[in-house]
Amino acid sequence: MSDQQLLGYTPNETVLHQLSGAAKLICFMLLSAIVMVGYDTRFLLFITLFAIFLFKISEIRWHQISFVVKFIAIFSVLNLITVYLFEPEYGVQLYGTRHVIWDGIGRYNLTQEQLFYEANLVLKYMATIPLALIFILTTNPSEFAASLNKIGVPYKISYSVSLALRYIPDVQESFHQIGYAQQARGLEMSSKGKLGARIKGTAGIVMPLIFSSLDRIDTITNAMELRRFGTRKNRTWYAEKKFRRMDHFAIFLVTAITLIGTWLFAVNEGRFYNPFE
Amino acid sequence: MSRKPIIEFKQFSFQYNSQSEPTLKDINVTIYEGEKVLVVGPSGSGKSTFAHCINGLIPNSYKGEITGSVIINGNKLEDASLMDLSFEVGTVLQDTDSQFIGLTVAEDVAFALENDEIPQQEMKNRVRRFAELVGLTNHLQHRPQDLSGGEKQRVSMAGVLINEVPLMLFDEPLANLDPATGQKTIEWIDELHETTQTTIVIIEHRLEDVLHRDVDRILVFDEGRVLYDGEPNALLQTDLLSEIGIREPLYVSAMKYAGVDLPQADALASVHKVAAPNLKAAMEEWQASMAYSKAVIDAESLLQIEKLSYRYGRRAPWVLKDVSAAFKKGEMVSIVGQNGAGKSTLSKVICGFVRTNDGKISWKGTDFSAYSIKERADKIGYVLQNPNEMISKTLLYDEVALGLVLRGFSAEIINERIEQILEICGLAPFRDWPISALSYGQKKRVTIAAILVLEPEMIILDEPTAGQDFKHYTEIMQLLETLCEHGVTIVMITHDMHLMLEYSTRVLVFSEGKIIADTKPVDVLTKAALTTEASLKETSLFTFAERLGMKKPYAFTEQFIAYDREVRKK
Amino acid sequence: MKETFSVKIIVAIGIGAAVFVILGRFAVIPTGIPNTNLETAYPFLALMSVIFGPVAGGLIGFIGHTIKDVTTYGAWWSWIVSSGLIGLVFGLAGRKINLEDGVFGKKEIIRFNIWQVLGNLFVWGGVAPLLDVLIYSEPANKVFLQGIVAALVNSVSVGVIGTLLMVAYAKTRTPKGSLSKRTK
Repeated sequence: MSDQQLLGYTPNETVLHQLSGAAKLICFMLLSAIVMVGYDTRFLLFITLFAIFLFKISEIRWHQISFVVKFIAIFSVLNLITVYLFEPEYGVQLYGTRHVIWDGIGRYNLTQEQLFYEANLVLKYMATIPLALIFILTTNPSEFAASLNKIGVPYKISYSVSLALRYIPDVQESFHQIGYAQQARGLEMSSKGKLGARIKGTAGIVMPLIFSSLDRIDTITNAMELRRFGTRKNRTWYAEKKFRRMDHFAIFLVTAITLIGTWLFAVNEGRFYNPFE
Repeated sequence: MSRKPIIEFKQFSFQYNSQSEPTLKDINVTIYEGEKVLVVGPSGSGKSTFAHCINGLIPNSYKGEITGSVIINGNKLEDASLMDLSFEVGTVLQDTDSQFIGLTVAEDVAFALENDEIPQQEMKNRVRRFAELVGLTNHLQHRPQDLSGGEKQRVSMAGVLINEVPLMLFDEPLANLDPATGQKTIEWIDELHETTQTTIVIIEHRLEDVLHRDVDRILVFDEGRVLYDGEPNALLQTDLLSEIGIREPLYVSAMKYAGVDLPQADALASVHKVAAPNLKAAMEEWQASMAYSKAVIDAESLLQIEKLSYRYGRRAPWVLKDVSAAFKKGEMVSIVGQNGAGKSTLSKVICGFVRTNDGKISWKGTDFSAYSIKERADKIGYVLQNPNEMISKTLLYDEVALGLVLRGFSAEIINERIEQILEICGLAPFRDWPISALSYGQKKRVTIAAILVLEPEMIILDEPTAGQDFKHYTEIMQLLETLCEHGVTIVMITHDMHLMLEYSTRVLVFSEGKIIADTKPVDVLTKAALTTEASLKETSLFTFAERLGMKKPYAFTEQFIAYDREVRKK
Repeated sequence: MKETFSVKIIVAIGIGAAVFVILGRFAVIPTGIPNTNLETAYPFLALMSVIFGPVAGGLIGFIGHTIKDVTTYGAWWSWIVSSGLIGLVFGLAGRKINLEDGVFGKKEIIRFNIWQVLGNLFVWGGVAPLLDVLIYSEPANKVFLQGIVAALVNSVSVGVIGTLLMVAYAKTRTPKGSLSKRTK
């Protein structure tokens, strides 16, 4: 059981904190989408630098994210290795040429194309992950539901998200509380013990957690209905931030970047930038 | 009288779909505009159902069959939607955690306005005004996790008040509040009543605490019927409350024991005003007639804590600071103090859920720190406040057996021990029942049984009687007392001052991570400085004795408690 | 549950997502095989989907997985979408099961489990890797093998833990008019 806290909003006054949540959400989604599908190395490199720049101006401290970054680093390395183990020649397939650097054992040799492809994968992680971190750490959760509603998500579903954010700390607290009580009764929680014992141990926490959460749903429903949630077609939001000039500017900038990314598909005649031709 | 009725129940009955009998039977009650009414009754008496019929949860959320009629400020119950009624009735629910749905105080207060599509600017103005009214202006950006129980309650009040409804309904507002905060809540409600003229209905079984401020009328529910509907003084002159298992104010019990002629008494509902002919003389005479003895427990020490400190992170504030205490065999110890004063943390450290190297814990003289959670649990059992957070099996028998099964006992031993425990806990008739069919109080006893069956020498209980009416309270406490007589050490973390006074032999008072007193129960509630610091409240017995000018108010309190317990045991 | 977006459904989605996040974060059971864990979040999702319907199930999976990912490490969209989809599938698989009234016998268990296994194979063994290839352009045989392993592990989790949860839930539901005051 790790006591590692979940990442969350840290109040500050930087430009990124002042942007409205809806604007940031739009920017985050556009950039994530284009980075996800794009494989133009120059573009990915640009986004990575851009993300690092944003990171700097958002004044996020290293200790807030060091754990996450290390975790991602390990995960990325593992993923790179698996990709290589499964398809050592995948780069060759993608780029259509073959420059061998090292003639290895069996099919496991090293080509420039494979290295280049995997380097692109690394760039992808490095471009998207800071964006997600910036979004989470600079956006007030209060504003989040209003932002979702603003970009077109029905308000009831937006409110579900808000409820989830509201109750995660409470559920986490109950989870630990239940865990302690069950361990005291002798349930095996550690990674020792047999698989069957571990399943039983976990079930011992999960069952009470789920059933007390189901009770909670009933009470919260009553509380919300008594205060007229869901009686109208729309609702207003106390925590909503109005769009200002810089919000429009941010969306304009990111749209421009996204369009460049899309234009590159035409230039490269596909998703991949190919330096080997 | 030309007062305008705001709630009218006429020959009203209600039966839940899942029940085979009506929960409310032939109710005829009228509540008038501007009144302040208290509704009391044991659990299962129908008082909560009564509340649901006022705010419209019946029949909108809880289905059932209605006969007769209810009219809430001109709205017929069957025809009104929850929304219609929400403009007439504001409800403050018992469970403040589930009621606080906003991510921050401001958003929660604004919740109803958001749903009414009030423009943001107006919303902000109104939120500011109502936050001021309940004294939370500096907390607007706080998260629910950062607030105390009393503050959460005030947020709920503001969130309902902001609708400016003519009627406010409080469903057990005192549950889960420490005594001082409970007292303040009652003062808040009273102030609200004075300043806004809102009609107020309070559902609560902690009668004496509500009577801290005047109420116009009391309704007494039992078995689905209204047994009394009238002013408090006349009610307290009768024995009705104790007959149905509601605790009357302690000083009233004392007057009864002393043989004071209650029909002659005035203002029985207020400890500050109560008067009767020759009251002081009668009380002093009764006091003199009682033997006064003090029992001191001198047994071997089980658990010894020395200079224990704990905090959640290197830079976090201390939750426990230099705490030292000893728990002896066969003792019944209460731990009291404000929310967040360190009471629960201490039990977590003792049970090994959190670890600290600052300080020493020893068990019968040997170092306790090397023991695992499981090993500690064989010696010290821990019972959570909410039984639903402990129960993981569907059948009662399996739940109680769980700890034994995990410890690898044979089926015969398990069976034998369970039979014995169920008998002690009064659960034997339900042996083969599914747990879902049990009441909250019974579930609580199941969790206690599940711990007891492991035969620990000491048990720590977090709020053992929260949410229980007087009858179940007495049952649970008598069970714990029996165990104590068998030599089990009982440690209770509690906000309930009656419990502490009546049942514990010793009290540890926590304030801001330190033990500020380790003393006899009566001391805690009679020394003003201590009471204030620990957010407790002086017992009405002491107030009463002092007000009458009795010579030994302190001894009077102690003697009453001893006497009252004997009476109830019979 | 008739109405698609009653207040209760909305609350169920919110609380469901919160519980999904906590279970996904803290209540995973390592099987001993590296990188293969028995999840409790998906069995829970199955229970919620059957009680509250396919739409609620889909949203719990989607919202829960998104929050879990972005608060721990970056969002892996192909798998987030798949979590939403599997919630939807669980809901459809349980559409004829009346868990609310405590009906969950052998017939329902078998029917639900056949559908959930097929659903898991389709979503984790098909949709998720396909999205990986399309979106991230990862090598096909790698992602399909990962997907199949995930499908099998999740089928087992849902089959064992999910079924247990539903049986336990069904037992807590009381049929109409059955409770009467007990006389000891």
